[in-house]
Amino acid sequence: MSHKAAIPIGPYHPLQEEPEFYKLIVEGEKVVDVDVRIGYNHRGIEKISEAKSYDQSLFIVERICGICSSSHPIACAQAVEDIAKFEVPERALYIRTVCQELERLHSHMLWLGLAGHFLGYNTVFMWAWKYREPICDIFETVTGNRQNYAMHKIGGVRRDIEKEHIPYILKRLDEFTKQLNMLKGAVLDDPVLHERLKGVGVLTKEDAIDYSALGPTARASGIDIDVRRDYPYAAYDKIKWNVITLEEGDVFAKTVVRILEMFESVSIIRQCLDKMPQGPIDSNPKDIPPGEGIGQIEAPRGECFHYIKSDGTNSPMRHKIRAPTYMNFPTFRETVIGETISDAAIILAAIDPCYCCTERMLIVDDHDKQVMGVFELIRLSQEKTARIKDRYALS
Amino acid sequence: MTIDEIIKNISDRFQSKILNINKSSQKRAYLDIYPKDITEIARYIFKDMGFRFNTASGVDDFDALEILYHFSHDRSGIVISLRAMIKDRQDPHIDTITTITRSAWWIERELHELFGIEFNGNSDLRPLLLPDDWPKGVYPMRKDFPQPKRDSRR
Repeated sequence: MSHKAAIPIGPYHPLQEEPEFYKLIVEGEKVVDVDVRIGYNHRGIEKISEAKSYDQSLFIVERICGICSSSHPIACAQAVEDIAKFEVPERALYIRTVCQELERLHSHMLWLGLAGHFLGYNTVFMWAWKYREPICDIFETVTGNRQNYAMHKIGGVRRDIEKEHIPYILKRLDEFTKQLNMLKGAVLDDPVLHERLKGVGVLTKEDAIDYSALGPTARASGIDIDVRRDYPYAAYDKIKWNVITLEEGDVFAKTVVRILEMFESVSIIRQCLDKMPQGPIDSNPKDIPPGEGIGQIEAPRGECFHYIKSDGTNSPMRHKIRAPTYMNFPTFRETVIGETISDAAIILAAIDPCYCCTERMLIVDDHDKQVMGVFELIRLSQEKTARIKDRYALS
Repeated sequence: MTIDEIIKNISDRFQSKILNINKSSQKRAYLDIYPKDITEIARYIFKDMGFRFNTASGVDDFDALEILYHFSHDRSGIVISLRAMIKDRQDPHIDTITTITRSAWWIERELHELFGIEFNGNSDLRPLLLPDDWPKGVYPMRKDFPQPKRDSRR
């Protein structure tokens, strides 16, 4: 049978934070081509930033993404600090590190929950999102906000971590670690998940290099890169931690990388709270000279890259922002083609794009004009898991 | 590798094709090149020296359109940016680097629609960010495109 059908996915859904439009071309069950159309959420932030002062730019970039609202401002601040060679007080560097790692924890947890949902493990979805709460509570304690923290500024941070809050933060982190351990066991020891995810959506090392893949997507394909170690910023060079790398490149490896990274993040936060020196949190820099600078940081999804060109005025002359998903997205072409539709949802999800896009899907089969909606695609994915489960129950 | 070794390696190989070297710190360097040499130099940096392609950023300098190709070397933490100045604002074009790395696929589409730069040899320059009905010849990231209004309440 050589009936080709197009599966349009997206672009809008009430749950989406970033609308995208995918078109999967399928032949029977098999995906033979993928096309993607983005831009539905293009707000011209780079252009707006050129009309704002540097302090305002930070607030603008904070609103690029609800999940990465700590990564973008730090990258932007670092780019400006690179132009003017501003020194940042050490205590501020530690506070930036804490924010970055808290963000990684809640982002990876969010991803794990959604991945569970797509596979038909709704318990994992409920657990992961519930266990993410302690992290949001810590954020609220430290920054005053659960999202959009308004924590960072050029030359330092806006708020200090109070001494009396530290026991509370450690207590909530303990809670989180206990639950994370349980979740790790539940996910990694499940034979059904092994069967469902291993060897699915493999991104080879060569392709990952060619596409310049970033973050967990690259690390799961055996590329040993991490901005936190390779381009030391904040306080990462003063702390002991490991870069998690796996060789397989499949969806399972990406899951394992993210779960193991969360343990590293907890360890980094504990060390930061322990080692944090006393002192000022802001160097109050004044004028920004002409020049150009680059800020790189490791966001939960990979390297976030900001380039700023200054002409000596109060606003950037050019502000280029490159988020990690921009580089990880095109790897779909390598991972999805040749796989079945029931695996497409989880493979598309595996790079952790701004994710809910996969929620809205519509299958139009031009053979018998059958139209299936988003839930159909998730159902296909969940049914496949159920079949594997049944087989395990029988044997 | 230190940044001086990297700069020496590149400038020894390409000599007069490197117009200017601006080492802004021990981790960053900006190399000015002619637009016509971009594929040759980018291929050497990406394939032979093992750099990773970060992104390219277009800048409208009023009298020229410049493209900065950022490459980073993960083992030494160094970022090298190649600056190609395209003087012809009416019909700017430069060779594609998607033949070297597919990671440049999207950024060339973006530069094409936001700055109006043609990439010779890139057959997929469909709009990426702007809507399909965006008027032809209007490039929002150029400086002659009106800036968003400042908030009057400031």
